[in-house]
Amino acid sequence: MRVGKLPARKARILAVRYLGAGVVTLLFLFPVYWLFMISFKTPDEIYHVPPLWIPGQIQFSNYYVLFRDGDVLAILNSLIVSGVSSGIAIVLGTLCAYSLARFGTGGENLAMWIISQRMIPPIAVVFPIFLIYVYLGLVDGYFGLILLYTAFNLPYVIRMMRGYIVDVPLELEESALVDGLNRWEVIWKVVFPMVRPGLMATSVFTFVFAWNDFLFALVLTRTEVITFPVMLTHYFGGQSNFWAKIAAMSVLGTLPIFVAVSVMQRYLVRGISLGAVKG
Amino acid sequence: MLEDRLPYLIVAPAVLILLLVGLFPLIYSLIVSFQRITMTENDTSFVGLLNYAELFRDTRLWASLGHTAIITAVALPLELLVGFLMAQLFIDRMPGRQIFVALLVLPTVISPIVAGATWRLMFDVRFGPIGQILSFFAGEPVRILWTVNPSYVYPAIIICEVWQWSPFMFLLLLAALSNVDQSQLEAAEIDGASYLRVLRAIILPAIAPVVAVACLIRGLDLVRIFDIIWALTEGGPGSMTETISLYTYVQGFSQFETSYTAAISFLVIALLTVITTLVLKRMELAR
Repeated sequence: MRVGKLPARKARILAVRYLGAGVVTLLFLFPVYWLFMISFKTPDEIYHVPPLWIPGQIQFSNYYVLFRDGDVLAILNSLIVSGVSSGIAIVLGTLCAYSLARFGTGGENLAMWIISQRMIPPIAVVFPIFLIYVYLGLVDGYFGLILLYTAFNLPYVIRMMRGYIVDVPLELEESALVDGLNRWEVIWKVVFPMVRPGLMATSVFTFVFAWNDFLFALVLTRTEVITFPVMLTHYFGGQSNFWAKIAAMSVLGTLPIFVAVSVMQRYLVRGISLGAVKG
Repeated sequence: MLEDRLPYLIVAPAVLILLLVGLFPLIYSLIVSFQRITMTENDTSFVGLLNYAELFRDTRLWASLGHTAIITAVALPLELLVGFLMAQLFIDRMPGRQIFVALLVLPTVISPIVAGATWRLMFDVRFGPIGQILSFFAGEPVRILWTVNPSYVYPAIIICEVWQWSPFMFLLLLAALSNVDQSQLEAAEIDGASYLRVLRAIILPAIAPVVAVACLIRGLDLVRIFDIIWALTEGGPGSMTETISLYTYVQGFSQFETSYTAAISFLVIALLTVITTLVLKRMELAR
């Protein structure tokens, strides 16, 4: 009797869990849906009372406006600044992490100092950096912003990559060295393939951190290299918010993140949890 | 030989950049904080602790610290709780779990400015869906000016914040929960222990380290909260939702109180250092 009942009970529990999962997912994704939907609406539909939950038709004029007025340059700026800075941070950070992990360069002190750099609150350094950048003429240029994002991502890259590199068995490297490979070849041919998943996850996060930054970009850009979050805040103005522009720009600024995250999905969960567990 | 110098050569670029962009501005800022540079005056003579003494008389500064504390104290436990409940929902295997997890991560990776902007559109009193949904359930028109009305600005900020970061807690807790010793759970089930007892005796001790680290990460982020508030309320109405980061920004970039801003920065750094050290100490004690 009992044995016969169990599958039915299990099926009921599973159904309830799917229901719960569905409701939770709907709740969390509804704002994202709302954002995307507004970006497809006509002005009449956006300013309709009561709000419409489904646009009459999918039309792209809100996006067209962004391209026509050159607002999308902000996305391009974001791509350049985030892409280049995370590339540099990954290369320099991984090399540094390798040295810390394998040679113990600078001892535990150097490692601690580098990791503690991440604790510095941006708001505490953004003003002196602004003053220094004004003095050096680096405000509103690619170089200044790239340098800054590189510096702010380095501690993260070094901490994460040091963890991944320590996990690579030392014997592998030693036997490669015995086989006559030099250090560079060992790093490139032995260590790199082993830490590739970690490197992928770390790259995505550094890109996302730089992409999502607002404070530094707000302070250090004026007109030339405005990034997309700063551009977005330009549309908030007193009574008249340009809703169509806000929505379309938000979607354009969110798509690269969604693409990066979904392509790298299998690496990310591990990356997030490892980063937190290892502290 | 190159091979001998290699360890230092490959550390050097990263360390150099960190010194240049991380440490140098801090030292510069420390010097400035003992001077008296304002928008109108470029007085580089040293005035000792004058700016730091000023901090204690600045009521708006302490109010902003209070706002920051309120937001942190409410949002952090909420994020933890919501994240935990979500993790409980998805802890057992179910077909398609990966897809749900992938979708639920999305709010966390969105730019906080976009999150704030999205909720600003959602909260809008006439064209946003929140009022519409509330009106539907209330059975009468509900008109709440979420981002302007003093009674609702904090709930608005916290809803947005919890929406964005609960999924982060969820991911961490999901990983932690799946590492809980299954044999202990099964043994407890056979003994007929209640869920609350299992939670207290087995699950919570097992996930405590991850919870502590997650709270530390999120707590530090919450103390520095800037973007979401900038997008939702810009610190308003008045300076009602002005957090310490927003206040520092205003002092630096609207008032151009260079030296005073530097002093505030060091207050913030000191506070964060104290909090972090205390939390880490407690975590070590717990071990």
